[in-house]
This record gives sequence, structure tokens and C-alpha cells, in this order.
Amino acid sequence: MAYTKNVLETVRMIEEEKLDIRTVTMGISLLDCADSDGERARKKIYDKITHLADQLVPQAERVSTEYGIDIVNKRISVTPISLVAGACSDSDYVEFAKTLDKAAAAVGVNFIGGFSALVPKGFTRADLTLINSIPEALAQTECVCSSVNIGSSKLGINMDAVQIMGEVIRETAQLTKDQDSLGCAKLVVFCNAVEDNPFMAGAFHGISQPDSVLHVGVSGPGVVKNAVARYPDASFGELAEVIKKTAFKITRAGQLVGTTVAQRLNVPFGILDLSLAPTPEIGDSVGRILESMGLEHTGGAGTTCALALLNDAVKKGGIMASSSVGGLSGAFIPVSEDEGMIEAAELGSLTLEKLEAMTCVCSVGLDMIAIPGSTPASTISGIIADEAAIGMVNNKTTAVRLIPVIGKELGERAEFGGLLGSAPVMKVNPSDCSQFVNRGGQIPAPIHSFKN
Amino acid sequence: MNAVVTVIGKDKTGIIYNISKILAENNANILDLSQTVMQDLFTMVMMVDISDISCDFQTLKEELDKVGAGLGLSVRIQQEAIFNAMHSI
Repeated sequence: MAYTKNVLETVRMIEEEKLDIRTVTMGISLLDCADSDGERARKKIYDKITHLADQLVPQAERVSTEYGIDIVNKRISVTPISLVAGACSDSDYVEFAKTLDKAAAAVGVNFIGGFSALVPKGFTRADLTLINSIPEALAQTECVCSSVNIGSSKLGINMDAVQIMGEVIRETAQLTKDQDSLGCAKLVVFCNAVEDNPFMAGAFHGISQPDSVLHVGVSGPGVVKNAVARYPDASFGELAEVIKKTAFKITRAGQLVGTTVAQRLNVPFGILDLSLAPTPEIGDSVGRILESMGLEHTGGAGTTCALALLNDAVKKGGIMASSSVGGLSGAFIPVSEDEGMIEAAELGSLTLEKLEAMTCVCSVGLDMIAIPGSTPASTISGIIADEAAIGMVNNKTTAVRLIPVIGKELGERAEFGGLLGSAPVMKVNPSDCSQFVNRGGQIPAPIHSFKN
Repeated sequence: MNAVVTVIGKDKTGIIYNISKILAENNANILDLSQTVMQDLFTMVMMVDISDISCDFQTLKEELDKVGAGLGLSVRIQQEAIFNAMHSI
């Protein structure tokens, strides 16, 4: 009888509460593809990806059928391209992005991440070339994702990079304005970027990783929401226990799927990312979990505290359920990808400032937020700087994925389609920060004692 | 290797007959079965040995899906490992 109850609980989680495995992401090192000839380097990159990831999609689909649980995305992350392309003398790296796009299409994955540069303490020539190539690269490819790490707790914040990224985001928006500036949905600016993140758009394969590896990202906001809703009168201690137990079960499913796919592909299992990742579908929202704890709308008073509890309980429940937890591991709050957040933003309950506060207690940052197309680059840089400062000081990963929707202003709606969802254009503080942003240079790393 | 078949839906005549027929035809051996009917909702959980099935797992799944669709029921087959992973340490 106990077994039957467990079986039916799992079936309910999958069928009614949208439990799925959000992504299996294969990390592939491209360090050995560097070549003084760009053309040759790109051929090596294409060959290596298509060789190693050839069976990724079919094997993931087989495992999904066998266990009866959806694996929504199959993806690839690669070594930051600035580290690979630097050996050649090409003056832009758009062709490298196109190669990644072609390889991704050949193996059937839906995103490939790693058109990236790591510049917390300064740029190499290759880093600058890559950053300058981002707008064209994202406009000319379908499934390439790009990220730039501009700061860290150990090194401080590269404010020159922050200033440039404001311009790059605007230019990317401009080049993809026919699709509501969709290019910016594939571009993340990080502080404290992690090397083993399986989630897009910020995934890349760090240099400390093995040649190839398989990461898995679990999901399950719907399962957690329903579990919380079943205990409307529970105290916070009891609520934390409910979330922990639920997170444990979700994580165990992810661990099983991840290790099985890795074994079938004959690559090492990397990490399991414990993040609660929402989708725009009803019943798959992190915002609704917060509301089921007793908030009228996400964004209202109590939201940051509710999110802190949720984020911590998910980690505590999940950490024992996996042999290797890594990546970003926390609750995601991407506005356009979360039906509850979209509604809260439309009602005016959820603001950019509140979202910034929420990022202090969860992963990952200001994510998938549509802002007016007229927002100046310097203001975008200012927002990046604020978010990076939160990450730097608090020793956590923070990120910014803002979409200045060209041609749309406050109150209008941007449509990105699919998992990327849609979002109301949100208000940005109009105060000018250009003089601050244009100072340039390096913000020194913070002191790591005397914490207060 | 074991798999779990779950059948959920409105009760009617011949559910067990139709499901077990497909299993027998594909040489899947039923090891255990529990079923209840609560307020017209039929729920069955069946443990099946699939070590010697005569087709591949995907085909068996598709055939069960087809029977389920014909009877207006949700029929799932999943390898036992997923339940063990989620509910035991």
C-alpha cells in the first residue's frame, strides 16, 4: 500500500504538477581546438561537438521514455570562445558563433552556450573581439547563447566591461528589434559566473572541467507550490520541512536521469543544478509558490523573506539527494518565463527594485526583464553594476539579462515565444548615471572579513 | 528489470483484461497488482517484469498508450528505478 501511494505520488507530480527534468547539458572543452587559422579552428570545433554530442538527444529521449519523465531541453555548453579563438588573428568572431549554431543544429540541441568571455580583471584582445562580436553573433544565429563575466568576489568589478556591456546589450536589441529584441534574451552578464551551470543563457564549460561532462538541471516549481498549498496553516519551520522533502524527491529524479544519460553517453556525470526553474505555463511558477505561502501578490511586502526561505529549503532538501550539486542551485526568478511573475509585474506589484532585492537571497539575478526600448546604455550599465555589486559583496552569483525592447515602452508587452515567454515592459528609474558608469577602471575586491 | 504500470481513469468493464492482454502478448510478466475504485475513479498499480519482453520498451509503451486511449484512461509504464530513487534513500 505504501508503495502504491509512492507510485501515485510520482505519477501525480509528473502528470498534474509538471515535474520534469529541465535540461541535460553536455559540457565540451574546446581548448584543444585552438588554431592559428580561424577556419581550421572552426572545423575542429564543429567536428568535436558533433562527434561527442552525436548521441546526446537520442539517448536523453530514450531515458525520458524509460522513466516516464520529460527532459525538456537538451543543450551543450562549451569553453568560452574567447579562450579558443584567441589563437587566431580573426578580427571578429561571428563565424565562430555560426559554427556553434551549425553544430547545435546538427546534433539537434535547442541551445548552445559558451560564446563567452571572462573579464573580471581586464580584457585580452580576444575578450574584446568576442564582446564586440556579440550583437552580430546573436542576430545571425538561432541557438547560440552568450555570457560575459564582468566581476567576482576575489577580483572586484571590471567597470570598463560593465560600461561596454550596456552598449552591447543595446546594440543586440537594435539588431534583433523585429523579434522584440530577442537577441538580448540570449545574453547574460555575470558576476561570479560558475563553470558548471547547465542552464541557459549563461552556461559555459569552464577550464577546470574535464574534456566532456554531463550536467543536469532539475525543475519542479509546480510540485513545490502544491506541496506548500497543502499546508496553509503550517508554521515556517514546518513549511521549510515540507519544501525540503519535496526538493529531495525532485532532486533524486534528476540525479537518476542525469547519471543514466551520462552513463549511456560514456561521459562523467558532472553536477546536478538544484534550481527551481519556472516556465510560462500555468502551474510551473516560482511566483505562485511565494503566493501560496500567504502573499497576495509576488513583489509585495514579505516577498524577499518568502523567497529566502524557499531558496534555502530547496538547497537543504536537494543537497543530500545528489552525489554532486553545483551550477547555480537556487530559485530562478526570470520574469518573462514565470506566469505568476508576469501577472505580478502587470499589476504593478513586482518592480525592478523589488526584483533587485529578491536577487540578494536567490539565484540568479535580474532575469528576462523587458525594459523600455529608449533606456540609455549607461542606465543598463548602472543596473549591471548594482547587480554585480550584490554578487561581489555577498559571494554569490548574480546576473543581468535585460531586454530593452526597441520600439516598445512602459505598459506594452514583449513576446519572446516558447520557454522564453512574454513580459510587460517594466519601469526603469530615469535618473542619469552616465557620469558614474563612464568613470571606467576597476572596483576593488571587497574585504572578506568584518562581515556586517 | 521491473517496470510499474499505472492506470488511472473512469472505471469500466475490461480494464485489467485489456492491459494484461498487451502485457502477455509482449511477454511482460505481472508480479504484483493493486487496484482500487474510489468514487468511480479506477486506480491500478501493476509491477511487471520486463526483462524478457519480446519488443522494445518504446513499443510496449506505445501499445499501452493505444489501449489507454481506446478506454479513455491514462496508462503509463515507467521503469521501477524512478520510484525507488524518489521514495527511498
